[in-house]
Amino acid sequence: MTAYIARRFGQALLILVGISLVTFVLLYLVPADPARQIAGRSATAETVENIRNQLGLNLPFYEQYGRYVAALARGDLGRSYLQKTQVSELIASRLPASLLLMAGAIVCELLIGLTMGLVAALRRGTWVDSSLMVVSFVGVSAPQFVIGILLLYVFAVQLGWFPIGGYGTFRHLVLPALTLGILGSGWYARMMRSSMLDVLRQDYIRTAHAKGLKGWKVLFGHAVPNAILPIIAMIGIDIGMFMSGIVVVEAVFGWPGIGQLAWQAIQRIDIPIIMGVTLVSACAIVIGNLVADLVAPLIDPRIKLR
Amino acid sequence: MRNALLAGVAAAALLTAIAPSFAQEEKQGGSMIVTYKDDVSTLDPAIGYDWQNWSMIKSLFDGLMDYEPGTSTLKPDLAESYTISPDGLTYTFVLHKGVKFHNGREMTAEDVKYSLDRVTNPVTQSPGAGFFGSIDGFAAMADGTATSLSGVTVVDPYTVQIKLSRPDATFLHVVALNFASVVPKEAVDEFGADFGKHPVGTGAFSLAEWTLGQKLVFKRNPDYWKPGVPKLDEIDFEVGQDPTVALLRLQKGEVDIPGDGIPPAQFLQVKDDPTYAPLIIEGGQLQTGYITLNVHTPPLDNVDVRKAINMAINKDRIVQIVNGRAIVANQPLPPSMPGYAPDYKGYVYDVEGAKALLAKAGLPDGFTTELYVYNTDPNPRIAQAIQQDLSAIGITAEIKSLAQANVIEAGGNGSAPMIWSGGMGWIADFPDPSNFYGPILGCAGAAEGGWNWSKYCNEDLDAKATAADSITDPAKKTEREQAWRDIYLAIMDDAPWVPVFNEQRFTIRSENMGGPDALFVDPVHVPVNYDYVFAKNVQ
Amino acid sequence: MSELIAPSAAPRRPTRAGTVIRRLLRRPLAVTGLVIIAIVVIAAVFAPWVAPYDPGEQFFDGLTLEGAPLPPNGAFLFGTDLLGRDLLSRLIFGAQTSLVIGVVANGIAVFIGALVGIVAGYFRGWIGTILMRFTDLMMSFPALLLAIVLAAIFKPSLWIVAMVIAMVNWVQVARVIYTETRSLAERDFIEAERSLGASSARILWSHILPHLVSTIVVWATLGISTTVLLEATLSFLGIGVQPPTASWGNIIFENQTYFASAPWLVFIPGAAIILLALAFNFLGDALRDILDPTQQGRSA
Repeated sequence: MTAYIARRFGQALLILVGISLVTFVLLYLVPADPARQIAGRSATAETVENIRNQLGLNLPFYEQYGRYVAALARGDLGRSYLQKTQVSELIASRLPASLLLMAGAIVCELLIGLTMGLVAALRRGTWVDSSLMVVSFVGVSAPQFVIGILLLYVFAVQLGWFPIGGYGTFRHLVLPALTLGILGSGWYARMMRSSMLDVLRQDYIRTAHAKGLKGWKVLFGHAVPNAILPIIAMIGIDIGMFMSGIVVVEAVFGWPGIGQLAWQAIQRIDIPIIMGVTLVSACAIVIGNLVADLVAPLIDPRIKLR
Repeated sequence: MRNALLAGVAAAALLTAIAPSFAQEEKQGGSMIVTYKDDVSTLDPAIGYDWQNWSMIKSLFDGLMDYEPGTSTLKPDLAESYTISPDGLTYTFVLHKGVKFHNGREMTAEDVKYSLDRVTNPVTQSPGAGFFGSIDGFAAMADGTATSLSGVTVVDPYTVQIKLSRPDATFLHVVALNFASVVPKEAVDEFGADFGKHPVGTGAFSLAEWTLGQKLVFKRNPDYWKPGVPKLDEIDFEVGQDPTVALLRLQKGEVDIPGDGIPPAQFLQVKDDPTYAPLIIEGGQLQTGYITLNVHTPPLDNVDVRKAINMAINKDRIVQIVNGRAIVANQPLPPSMPGYAPDYKGYVYDVEGAKALLAKAGLPDGFTTELYVYNTDPNPRIAQAIQQDLSAIGITAEIKSLAQANVIEAGGNGSAPMIWSGGMGWIADFPDPSNFYGPILGCAGAAEGGWNWSKYCNEDLDAKATAADSITDPAKKTEREQAWRDIYLAIMDDAPWVPVFNEQRFTIRSENMGGPDALFVDPVHVPVNYDYVFAKNVQ
Repeated sequence: MSELIAPSAAPRRPTRAGTVIRRLLRRPLAVTGLVIIAIVVIAAVFAPWVAPYDPGEQFFDGLTLEGAPLPPNGAFLFGTDLLGRDLLSRLIFGAQTSLVIGVVANGIAVFIGALVGIVAGYFRGWIGTILMRFTDLMMSFPALLLAIVLAAIFKPSLWIVAMVIAMVNWVQVARVIYTETRSLAERDFIEAERSLGASSARILWSHILPHLVSTIVVWATLGISTTVLLEATLSFLGIGVQPPTASWGNIIFENQTYFASAPWLVFIPGAAIILLALAFNFLGDALRDILDPTQQGRSA
């Protein structure tokens, strides 16, 4: 186990190097000059050149990358070109909000999705099953903006149960987490349903039934834990997605997460921020997947780590 | 130029040049909440150059010159008075005594000099450095051989003298720009590159609190040197909020000014609602939306083709598409800019005439070209309307709808045949006709990487522009305006642009905000003049 | 719905495909799915003949005087968009793009993901490690940045955006399939097969894959919706279809802020996407039931 984790961390380092290299190559290829954006419209060619030199943008690729990695090794993510702030400071200020929303969203997804999936599997072939299927597809296909504004309008503006956006208390978290939960729960519902159906067909469930175990005991004691295996992998995936990919929901709810920072930086080629966010979300993905791989054997002891 | 990320909300100049009367004394007190979608990047006056921070910086800092609130009329600010030498080359500013920075120290002529040295020093990376090109010694600063402007001298603690290397009629506007704000050296030294997060100025407000990515709090500067200003005790800026939600919050009384304005999707609904219609104030804006036609890309290098394109665009339809939030333009300058030619008819919409011109140019069957556009709404829609108009005269324009950085790059390196300027367009830095020339229509901007995306360069007009800007005698103001008017009409003869419209500005504010309408469509302070608006609930 | 139909014993086995199709046609939901898919495909292929108007035509009377789009009415059955174009015609033409993205690109992504997941999960060892770490890497891959780079280098086209989607979207499928395969590979019946000397290929094909079909169907069908919307985001950055070409995704993407003042611009294309995805789901579910080995001979 320890050896396995150590090996995975070693591999994680390789992944981070790989992803930083790939991102750096992409940024190098982008035909847009950050110096020109910094210099503004009234700048002379001389000024632009000067800024390019200061930022090291004229250096050969390997030297630029080398410098970046050297600074990274010292824990320096650089300073944003356009925000003029340390990238580490920008990310640190937004990371807690992103992590909180991620946790809230995953809880909502699981609550809604697993319930829907379980009910659909147990009522297989009935109108309940069919309606839940349609609901899942509607959720997955709905635009974030529409669901977000609708929830905000009903529960915050009309009913006044929650604040109209913002960050700080638990009440601020409910609506954005619920929005993401609704959007993502379709995946969990469909996966849970199909996984449950698979498990319910297995012989050991029949055996358990035959032994005279009560229905719900079989269900929650044997069937659900076995069905939940692929769900664990999906949570790992979601961690990566929620780290830097929530742009619209953050804007609708005024949630100070990393998504908006990343989106703006990508559109304006703010290299230090793009690098920083990519690395941080890569870390989250690597950790998320590692945890998913570690949890799997706990649920299904037949799986061996190797 | 500031990048108005939402062109639909960008905004403004003043149709009434009458200075509002501030004679009636409103009580100080109260607060207001302003929201923005995008984060505030920096409050360093040498660097800040975007939609959100431009007027915030104006409330934290002061410069030698400023404008009468709600107007575009220049007035001395930190300078008590100024004199200009007869040759127009030497400006002497006498400073107000007893003006204090937020850190309590008195502001002196040394600070003025330091601030100008700082903004022109390449190490500062100021996007506004180029404005100071007429100051003696600027070239030595730009190439790094000097660290101090030789043209700026401290005569005594309250007098500073600035020598120019060439006459510059816009110089008083230049020292009214944010970039010329006076900053204290010790604070810059203390915070270094983070000065923009810890701004110290002489302005009406000081920064009390900044939670990155969420909120900024401005508190009234109790020692402000202008009596009775500002009116509000506190301004809260909340960032990261979608304009649609900001509007909902305004309707609930939680927001006073949605800084990004009314989102396009809600505009008609809000405008036609009797509850909200009285809260909207409309004004002009020193802005022009245009299509650049690259004069080096065949067949756009043929002036008849460019004229044909000018005649093919149905500008009324485009104004209709943006729900009437603009007025049709026919020349580069917006109507409220001095030098605008009110009698000029421009190229009138005439499909048959356009076809005839194309035929004359040897292209009766039209041609295929590309139209670049910044990808935020409503710009791709406007581009599609342009595309349809062009197809009516046989021109096939393929749209390339891209992120801002990509469009700016394609414009700068000359690879884009046509660009719709929306969302990246020119909002004047100061109300003077010369501001629409140099970087976007003059030869200087036509170089590789420059912002003159038509790559139009007319040496003759460049000489005329320099001559016009050398007319520094205030008595010859109309002569100078006429010179600029001629320049812009001459440009239109060469048709490197299709001027499409001038955006109108619509500011919505809560019922609690008071003050003359002009303050809410202030041509210099966008969205509103923070220093002079007041809260009705404390009156 | 399906169990009763599955015959408990098949006395004769005519051609396999023939049986599958015949069984499929006996299921009303599967038939509904097929009909919807057929309608969309026909609309896409014969768009110029089916659509009432030119999808790019900005009608002078397609907007109100103030510039607002028109709700559904006699002349424009599904209303008009923000430029006064006929929404129905744009949906019909947009079906071409959306089928390529939702079915072809998404299908390729699911195929790659399933292949990587099965191989990594079954063989484990260094192959599995390399494949899964590569999956981790691709999951962190900044797809939006790639879009911006490609947009500046290539002429925008549907095929580039389809390629990007196929390139980045397989990773989630790979993760899930990997986890399931890993568990399946350790089950007793697989061990039994192995000890009987069955080849890996046979085990994978006859014993592992059938268990994964339902998961693959879930990802393939839900993926239709998400990739159609992803196409709009990527095209927004300049690599995909450019205006005025319509796609279901870009119609929603461009108009979502107008959902309160012009709901038809969001809800009609949204319904189209959901219907298409559901249709494939009906079909997929039916196929799975028919092909599922654990179902054969059982009617539980």
